[in-house]
This record gives sequence, C-alpha cells and structure tokens, in this order.
Amino acid sequence: MLNYTDLKELADDKWLELDSGDKPWIRIGTAICGKAAGADQVFNEIHSVLNELKIDSHVDEVGCMGICFAEPLLDIKLPNKGRVFFKNVSSKDVSSIIQSFIVNKTIEHPSILGVVDEIDENLPSLNDLPGIRYQKKIALSNAGNISPYNLYQYVSQGGYLALNKALNGMSQEEVIKEISESGLRGRGGAAFPTGFKWSFLVKSSSSAKYILCNCEEGDPGAYNDKGILESDPFKLLEGLTIAGYATGATNGIVFIRHGHDGPIDRMENAIKKAYELGLLGNNIFESGFSFDVEISLTGESYVAGEESALMESIEGKRSQPRFRPPFPAQFGVWGKPSNINNVKTLTYVPDIISNGSDWFSNIGVKGDKEKKIPGSTGTAIICLSGNIKFPGLYEVPMGLSLREVIYEIGGGTASGKKLKVLQTGGPLGGVLDSDSLDIHLDFDEMKKAGAILGSGGIIVGDQDTCIVDLTRVLVAFCQYESCGKCFPCRLGMEHILEITERMVKFESSSKDLELIKNVGENMEKASLCGHGQLGYGPIRSALKYFESDFNAHIFDKKCPTGSCVQPIISPKNTRPYATREIETGGN
Amino acid sequence: MQVDTDRFRDEINHIVSSQTRPTITVLSSLLATQDEFGYIPDLAIEVIAEYTNHTINEVWGVASFYPNFRFTKPGENILEICWGPTCHLAGAAKILNDIQNALGLKGEGETDSGKFTLKYNTCLGACSQAPVISINHDFIGNTTSEDILKILLKIDPKL
Repeated sequence: MLNYTDLKELADDKWLELDSGDKPWIRIGTAICGKAAGADQVFNEIHSVLNELKIDSHVDEVGCMGICFAEPLLDIKLPNKGRVFFKNVSSKDVSSIIQSFIVNKTIEHPSILGVVDEIDENLPSLNDLPGIRYQKKIALSNAGNISPYNLYQYVSQGGYLALNKALNGMSQEEVIKEISESGLRGRGGAAFPTGFKWSFLVKSSSSAKYILCNCEEGDPGAYNDKGILESDPFKLLEGLTIAGYATGATNGIVFIRHGHDGPIDRMENAIKKAYELGLLGNNIFESGFSFDVEISLTGESYVAGEESALMESIEGKRSQPRFRPPFPAQFGVWGKPSNINNVKTLTYVPDIISNGSDWFSNIGVKGDKEKKIPGSTGTAIICLSGNIKFPGLYEVPMGLSLREVIYEIGGGTASGKKLKVLQTGGPLGGVLDSDSLDIHLDFDEMKKAGAILGSGGIIVGDQDTCIVDLTRVLVAFCQYESCGKCFPCRLGMEHILEITERMVKFESSSKDLELIKNVGENMEKASLCGHGQLGYGPIRSALKYFESDFNAHIFDKKCPTGSCVQPIISPKNTRPYATREIETGGN
Repeated sequence: MQVDTDRFRDEINHIVSSQTRPTITVLSSLLATQDEFGYIPDLAIEVIAEYTNHTINEVWGVASFYPNFRFTKPGENILEICWGPTCHLAGAAKILNDIQNALGLKGEGETDSGKFTLKYNTCLGACSQAPVISINHDFIGNTTSEDILKILLKIDPKL
C-alpha cells in the first residue's frame, strides 16, 4: 500500500511522461455524446491509421469537455507543443488529420476548433470559445483532460489529496462542518443542505451504515451524472469515500441503471483500480478507516431514483417508494442507516475539502444566515439541449442568468427563430417562457418561477413549438413511469394524460381545464412520493406561461404553431408486462 | 426432453451463481439472465427463486415490474428510438412513425421476419445529439428516418 506522497510522486512521473514525453498524445471524447456522434468509429480508425503509418503514440479515451456540439472531439498534443482540438471529426477525416498534423507538422485543417497553450497565434484559442470561457469547472475539472480509466492521471491532477487530508488531518465533525459551511446543497433536485443531511447518519449507530450514490438518471434532457461517471469517475469515488468517513459509514453503493454501459464500465474500473491501490478496502492511507464500494444496477424505472424506491431496488425488489417514517438515516437499505446523495453533490466534495469551504461558498450565489437565505453556492451543471445552436454539458457558476446560458453559451436557437420555451429540471420540473430569461441559476429563484433547476436539464424550444404537445409528452413520460404503488399517481397520471391527449386532438372542452387542475392538485396532496407530488408541476407552469396555447386548442380547435404531432405515439401502459397471464400449473 | 430441461437449468444456474458483483439479488439475477439470453425464460424464474430463496411469485413480481424485462425471444437486432422531450422537439415522432411503417409494426414489438425488435426509449441520454436512436446498444445521433432506413436495409436487404 502506498501513502499519499508516494502515490502522488508516481502519478506525477507518469503524467510528465505523457505531457512532456517524446510521443504524440491523442485524446478522443468517447462519452455518451461522443459515441452518439460516432466517436467509436473514429477511435478505431485512429488506431488503424497509427498502425499503418507506424506512429508511436499514446491514445486515451476521455470524457466530455462540455462542448457536445463539437463531438466527436479529437485532441492531439505533439511533444513540446500545445493541444490542438479538431471538431466533428468523422472516421473519414482521421487519416488526413494525422497525416497533415502529426506527420507533416502543418497546423492547417478545416476541422480545427481551437488550441490550448499558445502554438500558433493565427489559430483561435479554445478557451475563448463561449462554451469553454463561461465554464467554471469543479466537478468536471478533469473532464476531457484525463482518461477515466487511469487513476494515476487523476492523482496527478490533484486527486486523492482531499481524502488524505480528511483521513489524516480532520475529524469527522470537521469534515461535516466544512461541507456545511460551504453551503453545498444536494444536486438531485431537492437542494437539501448536504452537511445537514450527513449529520443525520452520524447520529445513527449501527455495525453497518451505507452511503448511496444515486446515478439513476432517468430524466429526459439530463445526462450530467452519466457525464461525470464517463469523464471522471475517480472524483465521485473520492467524494463518496470522504462522505463515508465523515458519516462513519462502512459501505458505499453506486446505483446506476442497467444498460448505461459507458458509465457502468468506467465506474466499475475506477472501483477496481482504487482497491488495487488501497484507496478502498481496509485501513485507507493507514488512517484506520475502512470503506467498501460496489455498484448496484436497477432495471428501467424512473421512480427508482426516489430515495426509498432506490433502496428497494438495491435489495432486488420492485422499485416502489416506502412509507416514511422510518427515514433512511434510521432504517435504510437492508434495514441499516443510510444516506442518499446525488452524483454531482458527492463530486464537489473533494474540491471543497482541498480548497476549503470559503473557496466554494464564494462561487455562485451566497446565502445569508441571519436572513435565513440558504443561497446557491458552487456551480450548476447544465445539460443544454433541444433547439439550441450549441448543445452541451456546461458547468457554470450558479447565479448566471438563463439569458447568458441560452444566448452567450448556447448561441440562441438552432433554427434562428424566436425562442419560445425553456423546459427545465426534467419531466417533473416546469416550463418557462422567453420573458423569464432574467431568472438566475439559483435553486430558490427557479422554484419561485415555477420551474425547478432540478437535475440541470434545460430543453429549448423555438416559436414553432406547441406547448400543449410538449406538455403531453412530459405527462406521457410521467404516466409511463408511475410505479403504481399509490393510486393518486397511478390513476391521476393516466387521467391527466387522457386530458392532454384530448387537447392535442382538439376534442377538449373548457371543463377539462378545471378537471386537470382538480386531478393534478389532488395528486400533489395525496401521492406517496415526489413523482406524483410534482407530476402536475409542468402542467401548472405551462398553463401559467402559455395559457393562450391551451385556449387555442380547447376553444378555437386549432394549434397556433401547427406543430401538434399526429398520430400520437407513446407507450401506454405504466408497466407493460404487468398484466401478463402466468400459468400457475396444477398446484 | 427432461435431459434438455436439466441442461438448461444447469446453464441458468451457472449464470446466476457466477455473478461477479458482491451483492446478488432477485433483480441482479434477472438482469444477468436477460444479458445472456436476451429474455427471461420461464425456467429462469424458478431457478432464481430457488437460488435467492424467494417464492416464484416474488420473482415474477420483480420481473413483471421493470419494462426492460421480456419473456419471449427478441428479434435478432434491437432498435431503440428515443421519444424523450428533446428528441420529440427534434422530430422523434416522425421517425417513430416512419420506422414503424417501414418495419410493418403498429407499436413496440418484433417484425414478422424476426430480424428486428422495436422499442421506445424514454431517454437514451445523448440529448445533445438529438434525435437519437440505438441499434444493438450502439448510439446514433443527429439522425433522420432516411439514415436509419439505410442502416436497417444493410442489416436486412429484404426489408
């Protein structure tokens, strides 16, 4: 087992060899956004061209730098030179890029996006791009820079400094105090103060205690948790381990949906590497602290991301929420005290411990203790998608206005037409109109406007977007994903879906407006978990900001944008196989 | 026949008992079984119940809850089309309609040829590249009905 100093020295040597060695270093983004743009084919082509030309080089798969619109993004660093980035590379481009840039050393190619570290003053600097310039990277500081498969690269960039500092220099209480004072609030949607949440678990005494990391990211429009796991799973693992130490937990579980192969593979590898180097298991950094981490997979179920349903799923059951009390901190997974944190929340932890709570609380929107304003400190990790010129995964300081996010970073709508709607915070979030652009990325300000920041997804629609149709899709998702345990959600979702479908088909009457409000508000009051409680949110905010769209469908029997999609295609049954007849045989 | 059943039982038993993650549950065993066969054979329900010390009803309860589990053999190729809001705004409904027509399907399911299974996906998670589909777990983003049809024709020229 290595102590931290030896580990860092070893990692620095390895990094120096990569960064200042005599071989080209090629990095290609193969996170989910890269893969969907064809990065796997590019990766294979790089290998075959390098073999063919007999070029000795180092090739790493990396995560997402945030500028998804430029994927597949290829990054080549020649010895003693800066990094050159090539955008939207197809496998056809690989040969010409390698030939002209690595073999002939000419920095001239139509695919060049920008450079890092001055190598040619005629080329744009990558850091001047709005998609990079506006970012303030904490959780994703290593994304695109290090290989998510290589723990040494993580350590060389400052990784595991925080765990060592916590284990060998801070008491449990001091760690929790640091997190509390940083103002860190949970990034899963509820924005609960993290330090306070951890303190619940400290008070529970038990031979086994669990820290659960929730990466059941089923929110359409959000992929930032998956982005972290694919770009830098080590930072999450370090944060999870620190959380384990602070709360006196014995085990950590990373909870991911089956089928998300990229995040699962990279997390699994990170855990394996951490065990090999003694960063998990017994007596970490010779501090006497022991901690085990494993991955738990769930089937397709959005509600599995709800904290008590998540624990049911880990136990191998149907992911349906539990009644509370008892709360997880007393009776969690396997009946043991548990604490559930979102991926993003835990990924901030190492930097808060390394740099101190003041550093973190000075980023974003500061709170005010006396006025009881919690503030929104740190960064927001935004997934910008839909009708937007530069879609991406951007980590920006809290407090930025939506206008800055949409226009400065996102470049406005892709169609060039007028912006009409923002859908934020996932399908249980809400919608905002173009007059709401001066709202800031701030948990409380967004909530007040009727649209939560939630998981960080922002979906943009232009003037041709039919709000009623968009609302129908959101409701269809919520109906499909209702777990069926409590009837207000199970029947209510079905009911409000029927109403929105009637509206889209111009078969609705004014009574429906009353009915949808009635059903929705009852769901809010009577549902067991957030799924049903928040399910009316999107409709309420859509009615608030776009009443005229609804009126046109109901009273004038026409769609103002003409874009209502017909025929309606979406899966109907909540749980499609639940009604399968099973032959029970003779006895 | 009995010999075949016994051999199949052994095979499933092997899959369930050789899971590498430390915690083995009904759900993890079902996932491992479907990874291997592409579906959950009825016999697996029995084997998993026995192995995890649950009743057959309890195992069915879990298997029938998660929509990713299926109980009949899938088509040779699995085509998933995302209908999440981002993909919807990018024209997913048209893609779904076009592809369903091309495959001769009226919803999710298998083609008569057995070559394809069509599934709707609530979100494939590559929203920045919408509209997104996946064919046998390979993601394809920024796509169109025409592009997808070309790929499907490559897999099955008789389509």
